[in-house]
Amino acid sequence: MSARARRTALAALVALAGLAVAGCGGGDDPAPGGSGDGRVNGTVTVFAAASLTESFTRIGRDFEAAYPGSTVTFNFAGSSALANQINQGAPADVFASAAARNMTTVTEAGDADGTPATFARNQLVIAVPRGNPAGVTGLADLTRPGVKVALCADQVPCGTAARSALDAAGVALTPVTLEQDVKGALAKVKLGEVDASLVYRTDARAATADVTGVEFPESARAVNDYPIVALKDAPNRAGAPAFVAYVRSAPAQAVLAEAGFQGL
Amino acid sequence: MTAPLLDARLVVDRDAFRLEVPLRVAPGEVVALLGPNGAGKTTALRALAGLHPLTAGHVTLDGVDLDRPASRGWVPTERRPIGVVFQDYLLFPHLSALDNVAFGPRRHGIDRRAARATARDWLGRVGLAGQAHRRPRQLSGGQAQRVALARALAVEPSLLLLDEPLAALDARTRLDTRAELHRHLSAHQGATVLVTHDPLDALALADRLVIVEGGRVVQEGDGPSVTARPRTDYVARLVGLNLYRGRAEGHGVRVAPELTLTVADRLNGEAFVAFRPAAVALHPARPEGSPRNTWAGTVAGVQRHGDNVRVQLDGPIGVAADVTPAAAAQLRLIPGQRVWVAVKATETHAYPATG
Amino acid sequence: MSRVLDAAAPRRRGRVPAALLIPAGMGLLFLVLPLAGLVVRAPWTTLPQRLTEPGALTALRLSVQTATLATVLCLLLGVPLAWLLARVEFPGRRLVRALVTVPLVLPPVVGGVALLLVFGRRGLIGGWLDATFGVTLPFTTAGVVLAESFVAMPFLVIAVEGALRAADHRYEEAAATLGAGRWTTFTHVTLPLVAPGLAAGAVLCWARALGEFGATITFAGNYPGRTQTMPLAVYLALETDLESAIVLSLVLLTVSVGILAALRDRWITGP
Repeated sequence: MSARARRTALAALVALAGLAVAGCGGGDDPAPGGSGDGRVNGTVTVFAAASLTESFTRIGRDFEAAYPGSTVTFNFAGSSALANQINQGAPADVFASAAARNMTTVTEAGDADGTPATFARNQLVIAVPRGNPAGVTGLADLTRPGVKVALCADQVPCGTAARSALDAAGVALTPVTLEQDVKGALAKVKLGEVDASLVYRTDARAATADVTGVEFPESARAVNDYPIVALKDAPNRAGAPAFVAYVRSAPAQAVLAEAGFQGL
Repeated sequence: MTAPLLDARLVVDRDAFRLEVPLRVAPGEVVALLGPNGAGKTTALRALAGLHPLTAGHVTLDGVDLDRPASRGWVPTERRPIGVVFQDYLLFPHLSALDNVAFGPRRHGIDRRAARATARDWLGRVGLAGQAHRRPRQLSGGQAQRVALARALAVEPSLLLLDEPLAALDARTRLDTRAELHRHLSAHQGATVLVTHDPLDALALADRLVIVEGGRVVQEGDGPSVTARPRTDYVARLVGLNLYRGRAEGHGVRVAPELTLTVADRLNGEAFVAFRPAAVALHPARPEGSPRNTWAGTVAGVQRHGDNVRVQLDGPIGVAADVTPAAAAQLRLIPGQRVWVAVKATETHAYPATG
Repeated sequence: MSRVLDAAAPRRRGRVPAALLIPAGMGLLFLVLPLAGLVVRAPWTTLPQRLTEPGALTALRLSVQTATLATVLCLLLGVPLAWLLARVEFPGRRLVRALVTVPLVLPPVVGGVALLLVFGRRGLIGGWLDATFGVTLPFTTAGVVLAESFVAMPFLVIAVEGALRAADHRYEEAAATLGAGRWTTFTHVTLPLVAPGLAAGAVLCWARALGEFGATITFAGNYPGRTQTMPLAVYLALETDLESAIVLSLVLLTVSVGILAALRDRWITGP
């Protein structure tokens, strides 16, 4: 074995050992920064719903500029997956959910520090491929024969919202697929595999190159509240509340509005 | 000789090696290609089977060109009327002995039932009727060899090819199998080409020997003529003779600058002289009397050879001598020991090197 | 001296070196512990009623059916491909061999997107299929089979190619001398010779197809009874109910391990 290969093997062993240690006692590690004196620095780890990817990435950069010495790292994923990870002890400082239900999972487990606050609202639009080949103008068009529709699965927030909106409109439709998250539904629209999908306005706006968002009145019946909370076991004790506060501040709200979220 | 069934001139170029072997085999005749390892025997067999294409020359069987590069004549292996017994038999491990033998007839368009009947008949002929349903790995070496023979013969080939058919067997099995193989080869109506490096197999099984060395035929003929008159060291060693080449004048053949052997035969020109190791006598001092050929030699090696002791000697010519253990002990034969070598003229056999 | 060595030899052979045993044990634990985690966290009290939920059984049946069909498709296309790679010299063979392994390194979701770009409604071939035959593959059970085959085929091809390379090709020469043409030799000699490798490859292929998630959900979507296979059902169950996700995972594991163990006894170790 060459010296280099030996080093590589050693590094792999060390990494494995590190994993084992992290798995056993992550919570006991000293906070990476800003522990007691109220100064915000170090790394703030934010678990945020996938639909927040674009806007939170910008807000994170603004936050780092506002608090020099701090770094924001994100874990974007489906809200329920994030809630599960937090309940299993993932070292997160802040949880921003796309649905109240997943936030409840976290608060009921006693993992939240304080009461969650709503920081944004999202509404559904009908996403159609650019040019709208099927000529969709409202929910009723989605039941036309030959129109293929992708919905989110009932288990995920955008699916719940879509179900509420369709029920409110009295529209019964059979989708060709129930996607595991909103990005999946949107991807099917982008690729032109379906003629329409019900997605959040923010998601449609982030994909304007390939997707057009068609507003529909019944979407007001299925508004989605986004709650945010600092976590009880936050490694960064000062950074967590600071980030929550920053998200509710005017500059961050402007970023959210630009992304298509409704103001508070 | 009847008209040959197989008429071939096998020319195969492989890297720096060139095989060039003319071969004619009459119906019912068994020809052995005999030669050391690497002589090109197996390549010749593969060329006959169509497993290796010729570079030049031809293979013509019963008037049909199987391979003739000059005129792009080519018959693929599976359409040649041949049967092959491979050195390690290559019985299909997933088929019973019966289905191995039936494989060929099936491929020749015979229905399953008839093919099995043929196979059963052939297994009976090689004495394996009771082993029909065994898998190859359940057969002994000798049984596997006989199944391989039955499999090759079951397609009734015009040309039967055998590659070292007895090499994989132990000495005891080999004797029995050789005798049985001889019986089957004698009964075979087509031409048979047998490849071996074992002179006993060749002599026991073949009607004619073709000695191949370095891709060339160095000697050809029936068993007695080849063994009586070897033409290369390889053949001489095979048949256990001392062989020398030299210039003959009357009864003398000059085999080394300072050694002329006196021989019984009378001839002139390039000649071979051969004699048996048992015809060589060793003496502690220069012998007087009847032996006409004497020279001084040095013992190079001593080893047991049957009931006797074989002594390798250096000198003007290298020579092998067989002496009794008693004589060896008396002469205190150890390497480096100088002794006198004597060979009677009447024990030698001289014959022309040309023709 | 030699006696000492002789006495020591069997003892040395019998002992398993710690340098192998320890990492082997760690490796086994690493593979088995997550499984144990599932078993420990399973809601055993409510298990019977969860098992009989129609959604779970539908997804299970669809999974087994599509994985089996995908394996058949892989056998039909993959075995000849493996034969080509193992037995035929052609220019660019190394490149082709590398291409065959692409689905192994490609994230399955990307594989699904790639399949859409070819077989999708606007895809290179999909558009033509739709216009000519009215055949659409995305969001259909056939699409699931296609996605699973795409991801699983390399396992079969690599296993069978390895078996073909290891097999003694002189048996094929022997078959030729007995009058067997190329195709007969392939079916009557080559395939039986590589049967163990073929079985191993098919089992790997089936197992990979059974667990397939990313390419399936991307290419075929997720609809109960039509394209929702077990892994998709597990993933969606995770969104709401960890316990039912665990139950579904255990069902998938039990069925797959059971089938693999049964097949292994019958086909792979052989009589």
